[in-house]
Parts: sequence; C-alpha cells; structure tokens
Amino acid sequence: MKKTVIGALAALSLIAAGATATVQNAIAAGKDKVKVGFVYVGPVGDFGWTYQHDQGRLAVEQALGDKVETTFLESVPEGADAERAIEGLARSGHDLIFTTSFGYMDPTNSVAKKFPDIKFEHATGFKREHPNVSTYDSRFYEGRYVQGMIAGTMSKTGVAGYIASFPIPEVVQGINSFLLGAQSVNPDFKVKVVWVSTWFDPGKEADAAKSLLDQGADILTQHTDSTAAMQVAAERGAFAFGQASDMIKFGPKTQLTAIIDDWAHYYVKRTKQVLDGTWNQQATWDGMTEEHVIMAPFTNMPAELAAKAAKLAESIKNDTFHPFTGPITKKDGTVFLKDGEVAEDGVLAGMNFYVKGMDSELPK
Amino acid sequence: MSVDIIFAIAVTIMTAATPLLIAAIGELVVERSGVLNLGVEGMMIIGAIAGFAGAQLMGSATAGILFAVGAGMLLSAFFALLVLVMAANQVATGLSITLLGLGLSGLIGNAYIGLPGLKLPKMDIPGLTDLPLIGNLLFGHDILVYASFALAFGVSWFLFKTRSGLILRAVGDNHSSAHAIGYPVLLVRFLAILFGGACAGLAGAYLSLSYTTQWIEGMSAGRGWIALALVVFASWRPMRAIAGAYLFGSVLILQFHAQALGIKVPTQLLSALPYIATILVLILISRNRRLIQSNTPACLGLPFVADK
Amino acid sequence: MPLTLERRVAPSKLMMFASPVIAIILTLIAGAIILLFLGKDPANGLYVFFVEPLTQAWSLEEILVKTIPLALIAAGLTICFTANVWNIGAEGQFILGAIAGATIPVLLPDLQGPHTLPLMMMLGFMGGMFFALIPALFKVRFGANEILTSLMLVYVAELILDYFVRGPWRDPAGLNFPKTIDFNEWASMPIIGADRLNIGLYIAIAVAFILLFFMGRTFQGFGIKLAGQAPKAAKFAGFSRDKTVYLVLALSGGLAGLAGIIEVAGPINQLRPAISPGYGFTAIIVAFLGRLNPVGALIAAFILSITYIGAENAQIFLKITNKITSVFQGILLFFVLACDTLIYYRLRLKARMNEVRS
Repeated sequence: MKKTVIGALAALSLIAAGATATVQNAIAAGKDKVKVGFVYVGPVGDFGWTYQHDQGRLAVEQALGDKVETTFLESVPEGADAERAIEGLARSGHDLIFTTSFGYMDPTNSVAKKFPDIKFEHATGFKREHPNVSTYDSRFYEGRYVQGMIAGTMSKTGVAGYIASFPIPEVVQGINSFLLGAQSVNPDFKVKVVWVSTWFDPGKEADAAKSLLDQGADILTQHTDSTAAMQVAAERGAFAFGQASDMIKFGPKTQLTAIIDDWAHYYVKRTKQVLDGTWNQQATWDGMTEEHVIMAPFTNMPAELAAKAAKLAESIKNDTFHPFTGPITKKDGTVFLKDGEVAEDGVLAGMNFYVKGMDSELPK
Repeated sequence: MSVDIIFAIAVTIMTAATPLLIAAIGELVVERSGVLNLGVEGMMIIGAIAGFAGAQLMGSATAGILFAVGAGMLLSAFFALLVLVMAANQVATGLSITLLGLGLSGLIGNAYIGLPGLKLPKMDIPGLTDLPLIGNLLFGHDILVYASFALAFGVSWFLFKTRSGLILRAVGDNHSSAHAIGYPVLLVRFLAILFGGACAGLAGAYLSLSYTTQWIEGMSAGRGWIALALVVFASWRPMRAIAGAYLFGSVLILQFHAQALGIKVPTQLLSALPYIATILVLILISRNRRLIQSNTPACLGLPFVADK
Repeated sequence: MPLTLERRVAPSKLMMFASPVIAIILTLIAGAIILLFLGKDPANGLYVFFVEPLTQAWSLEEILVKTIPLALIAAGLTICFTANVWNIGAEGQFILGAIAGATIPVLLPDLQGPHTLPLMMMLGFMGGMFFALIPALFKVRFGANEILTSLMLVYVAELILDYFVRGPWRDPAGLNFPKTIDFNEWASMPIIGADRLNIGLYIAIAVAFILLFFMGRTFQGFGIKLAGQAPKAAKFAGFSRDKTVYLVLALSGGLAGLAGIIEVAGPINQLRPAISPGYGFTAIIVAFLGRLNPVGALIAAFILSITYIGAENAQIFLKITNKITSVFQGILLFFVLACDTLIYYRLRLKARMNEVRS
C-alpha cells in the first residue's frame, strides 16, 4: 500500500509541474483583447433567466469574434460566495463583468471599489457607488400590458391565472400592468395570483398552473422561469404566455405570445464601448424601444386581435403610449395617477401596491 | 366550490402524489431490509435525466422508463457496494449518492436543455374515461399512476404474505439471527437496495416524462427527501404510504388553491405547511411506541459483517 | 463474494491517518478520468482545481473565509455523529443562528459598543441551539427520527428567514427589495486578513481544539463516545441516553448558529433571503472527511474549501462546467467512506484466508 501512495504522489507532483506553465499562458493571453465575464445565479440550463443571459453572452462572442473572450460562472450563490466569484473574474484579467442577479448588488460594488480599472455591470439593482459600476434592467412590464390586453380579449371566463415568484417591485409592476391591459378591454377582468416562493421549480410551477386552471382561469401567465405552466396549459387546452424565452416549442397551439428578455443588444453595445474606450457609467432601464424586451409572434389568436396587439406593442415601442398612464386608482381607493399622468420611474421601481381591480392582497 | 372543481383538484393531487408514492415504496423496501438510503434524491434525478434522454434516443416515452429504472439501479448498486461490501456508514454514503446524482445529471443533461420532451400516453378507454366526474379521475392517467398503486399493493403482499417477504423483514429486524438461520443477509439487502434504486429512477421518469415533460437541472427539487419522510410517516407499511403520499400531495396542491381563493396567510407559512405537517405526523406516529416498535426494522442503519 | 471483511482486533493507527489521504488520491484519479472524458487535459484540470487556489494570497484568504463556517458547523457535527445522533439539519440551525444574532443590528441599531458583537454571537449560538433542541425534544419525548425532523426544519428555517427579510425586517430604503439594513461597524466581525478574513477563523480554531479536549479528556466526552459505540454499556455506566441526545444536538446546533451569525456579521454584513450555499450539508462531508474529529474537521474544511475556489478557476480558465464540483465532492465522500472501512476491517480474498492464517 505504501508504494502505491508514494507512486501516486510522485505522479501528482509531475501533474502539478506540467500544469503551471499552461495556466500562466492562459492568463497572459488575455491582454490584447477584451475579456468579458458573466456571473449567473442559476444553471445555464434553466431555460429561463440565466439561459437568456447566456444567449446574450453568446451573441457577444458572435458579434465581436476574435476581439472578445467570454467567461461565465454559473450557479453562484447570492451570499458570501458572490464577492469571491466576482473578484476571481476581476483578478483573472477580465475587463468587463456582468453580474446578473439582484443579490449581487453589494458584492459587485465592493469588488468594483478594489478594481477601479475594470467595468462592472449589475442587472436589476440600484446601487452605483463607484464610477466603474453601471446598472441595467428591462421594462418587462411593457410586454405584460400587451399580454393583458390579449388575455382580456381571448378569455372566456374573464379570469387569468398569474404564477408569481416573490413580491418584489418588478413582479408587482408586471401584475399591475397585466391587469391594466386586460381592463382596457374588459373592465371586470380578474387576475388570480399564486405565489410559489421560488423562481424555479418546474413541479411546483406545474402544480400552481393546474390549481389556477381548476379555479376557473383559462389563460396563464407567469413570472417564474420554467416552461411547466406552458405545458400544463397545452395539455388542458388553455392558453398561456411564454416567459423570458420564446416557449412556442412547448405549446405550439397554446402560446399567445411571449416576453423575450433579449440582453444581446445591451451586452454587445457595452462590450464595444469598452473596446473603443467610450464606456461610461449609466443606469439603464430599457424596454421595447431599445429591443430589451421583445414580443414573440402573436399566435393562436384571431388575425384582427394579433394586429391590434402588434399595434399596441408598436405604440409602446415608439413611446406614444405608457402602460402606467392615468387615471389609475390604487386598490385601497387612493389615486395613483391623475388623468393623463405618466408614472415616474422612481415610483415604479419601488412599486409595492396593487391597482384597483385586484381581489387578493399583496403579500408583505 | 362546485363538484367539478373538487374532482379536478383530486386529479391534480394524484399527479402530485404519484412520484412521492413510487419513490417511498422503493425506500420502504430498502428500510425494511435494515438499510437506510438517503440517496433517494440523487437516484430520482438520475432517473429523470436518464428517462428523458432514453425517450429522446429511442423515440418513445415508454422506452425512457426503462432507461430511468436502469440508471436508478446503477447508482443504487454503488451505494450497495459501499454499505454492504465495505460496511460504510449509511447516512454519509446516501448523501454522497445524492451529491453524485445531482452533479452527474447536470453533466449528462447539458445536451437536453430546452428540448420539448415526449409525454407518456394517457389511458383512454372509450366510454369509461368520458364518464362525468369520475371518468378522468379513475381512467384518465398514464401508466405510472396505476403502477404506483400496483407497486404499493404488490409490496404489501410481498412483505406480509410471502416467504421471501418474511425473510426480508427478518433480515431487517435482526440480521445476526437471520444470518445464523442461514439467510443470505447481504444478498437480500443488495436486492432490496436495487429495488429501491429502480423505484427512485421510476419516480424520476415520472417527473421528466409526465409531470413536466422536459429536462431541467435540479428538477427533483427535494421530492426525494419528502419520499424519505413518507416512509417514516407510513411507519413502514405500504398502505399507509399511499395515504401519506396523497395527504402530502393534497397539502402541496391545496396551498395554491387557498391562495387563488384569496385566503390571507403569509405565503411562506403556506409553503412551510407540508414540512410542518410531516413533522407533526412523524411525532404523532412515533408517539405510539407500540406501533413504531412493531414496524420499525430494528437493524435500520446498522452495517452487517458476518463473523467468521 | 470473493472479497470479505475481517474485523481488526484494534483499529489500525496507520489507516486512521492514511485513509483520508488514500481517499483524496483516489478522488484525484477519478477526477482525472472524468476530465479526460470531458475532453480536457486532466493534469492541467487537476492543477487548476486543487493547486492553483493555494498559489495566490487572495485566494488563500478566500479559502480561509470559506473554511470558517464549514469548520464550525462540522466541529459540532463530529460530536453529534460520534454519539450516533444524526443531525442533518445544521443548515436550518445556521439560518436560525443568523436570524437570532441579527436581531441586535436590525431591531436595535443604536445598541453599539464593544459588547454588541459578543451579544450577537451569544444570541446566534442560542438561536441555533434552540432550533436543534426541537428535533432533540421530539426524539426523546416521542421517538421521532431526528434525521427527518431536523431535515424538515431546514425548509422551515429558510422560509422563516424569507419572511423576515421580505416582511418586517426589510430595509426601508431598499426599494422593497428583500434585505435588511447593513450591519453597523460595531456589529461587524473585525477583519484580520487583507480583505475579508475575520476573527471567526480564531474562533473556529479554538472551538476545534476545545472540542478535541472535551471529547478526549472529559468524563462527558467519554460518555458521548460510549453512547455511540456501545449504547448498552453507556447506559450501564450511568450515562443517560436522553441527556446525551440533548447535549450533542444543543452543542452542534449552537455551533451551527454561531457559524450563521459570524457569516452574516462577516462577509455578508446583512440578512438576505439566501445566506448559505448549503454549508450545513457540506459540513456533513467535512465531518466525515475529518474522521469525526473536531481538529480533523478543521483540516477537512480547508481542503473542501479549495474545491469551491478551484471550481470557479476551472470555469474561468478551462471553461469546465461547475457541475463537476458536486461530482468531485460526491466521489470524495464516497472514497473517504470506503477507505474508512480499512481502519476497522481488513480486506481479504476468501480463497487465501487459510494460507494467511496458517
């Protein structure tokens, strides 16, 4: 036994010696082009949030070819590990680092402080404590309004089911926007919300979807990541909206449209800016106009509705219409927006109330 | 609430309970033989990816089931190697199986992300499935739902009505005497562990071929652990496992209905209900010492090494 | 079966030290095979995974940052497992410790001074301890299996934390996002390294040695060992099984809670919905890798921490998926358990047994 141990140790030391050279070469090679790092909260294989960010990363590689090298760290927990993971990217020669979950906000800022020459981009957050930190997010609620209008027209029961993750402003914006869209065609429209307390658990999402259909909803929408609800709706002959990616493959006769998170434009734009030295600090909150949010083709609906939806989407896209335009009353009866008034971004970013017409209470 | 809704909810509960029941029945047999396998979650997720991949390769969801069962058994064979041949600690070995299963399934599953899967066909008996209310409830499921009941009844019959079942229980209750009588303790346990692996794999197949027909990393989402709790809940009796799985499935589903109906309870409390319910039932059942003692395999978790 | 086990007269001293080493070497070999299978250079891969993290000062410090919670939790678990009590809910006790300790900086932010941190740590210890006493109580009073109750309580703990950070304890200036206010300076762990390493390291080391002394040199420690190895003898010697259950669960829960408050008062500096990447579960591997010895667990925690940083390096330099981490950890635990057998048993080929004996 002793002999084997010594033999194995000898082999290992050889391995170690051989490897040093290669790693150092790899580090040195990154200097003459831009290295872009991505930190993901989930596995690339979630086919939702993280998957879409990774599609954006691939788009950067495609668009810039030789001039760029990309790296990603997946399933990085939002605790003490995040800071180390981000710092690992910073120390290994990355020039631009995207951190793609809200929980990375403070770690991103504290690493940015230590590496003033590296550019940091944090998704969905609001802290930019150092000049080398930008934030970016998408106006998903714009797409929700179009979905709501479609649901209000298509639904026979007048009830839509909404599978929600956590009551943070982004999710609440989506629910309100969806309801307002539906009310624009059917003032009595109802939205039933089920909170599943997860971003990602296909089984639980499927259970919630079935429960909502059983409760009389005939159209489903979701603010969770998996395609489970789409499949359940397909099975039951109901309709559904895709979330994050185009889910038409999972419901060819079911998907009405989908909100597609398209990070490609932003990632390519910002990488180019680092390449030519024009990157500057920004707080980006883009929507349909900048093609951050893209609507999948309007399918499985009458042609005139598809045309109406396309027109509505176009009006949001060219900034002639804002989903949160008054008069809008809050659920508690107080005025949210006066007639013609458009909601300010700051108010939307902290939205923690339902608009009039919701039956349930917003969990606190 | 109309009668229709109640029956619709019942159908949903059946689908939620099925994977729990299948995995629990497998683990129940393993534990009856005196072995505690905490690797159910790992074997389940390996079954899910193997089932999905197998279905894609063979072009048939039913063929996928075979792959899932095989994969579950293969992983359980590693567990058996360690706890039977090497007499290793069962708790820790089970954990290593869970870790391995989660990691390996992610590695294998990379190629299958974002593919719509094949779905197991549902039974459709003209006349019966179309019956109002009960038609869908009784005659509208896929084969694994019926298999879960067949497994529960079959295992119950095997354990309490056959000689082999008696031997298996004897091995679990007192391996030294069983060995002295001449029963092959390790062989019995090996077969029980393989059966448990097959069931966990089958439960995984249900997740990726019926529950949600797709492969997603980590899609077992803790159901293997719930199956483990169910075995204790059932005090190691298959019929009670059915009751437990359906009770648990009901809590899982009804929390969503409570929300959709607008009942004001913190969502976290609703989400915690299934776990709190398990603990409470565990206490209620464990409290009855006679019940527990007459059913708990006395050698549960103890390694067996034959003395020369 | 051609291979059989034969119980050694006394546990092998040599194997006690050799078995973790053999296990690590076997893991490296298995790892090399997997890397080959993935089409990567195994030598380079293993280097990046296991050696690279040790070559830079900052990554070395990060390894120590990660070692603190793992070592603290695992130290408590070694005692628990030695007594044959299977607490696999340390993750939940970690979270409850963090919540209990955080009551001071979150609810009483004005309570600032040199006493703030010790008070928080005491509360953290107690929070974890009381949460671990629940399965202890259920086990003693009702005979409920602690493996299952402690595991179920992990989910409950996660939801309790979720409730607090999204509800009553939410940072009023945080735009509704789920996190508490940042801890004030008096409520943060003093830094001893260049960056994030805090005095938790000293605490973890001290705890490991105190527990080593407790188990090896005290009457109570002897009782715990006896309860695990020979429950009947322990009963005969007058050690109450129930008291042992309470003691070991309280101790391991308390240490997990202490780890929890040190983690949130240290590198995280606030409460948020996710504060642990599964430390409570990883610590189980650590406890076994450390041969159920508190100081062994300290070393094992360090070794396992390397794999986390190594996994990130492997993703950065070699573009290897991070799923390989849990595969490596699973394999490592697998081999550790297999090699442990060699301490108490000899492996023999049956046919040869007679020759050897004669």
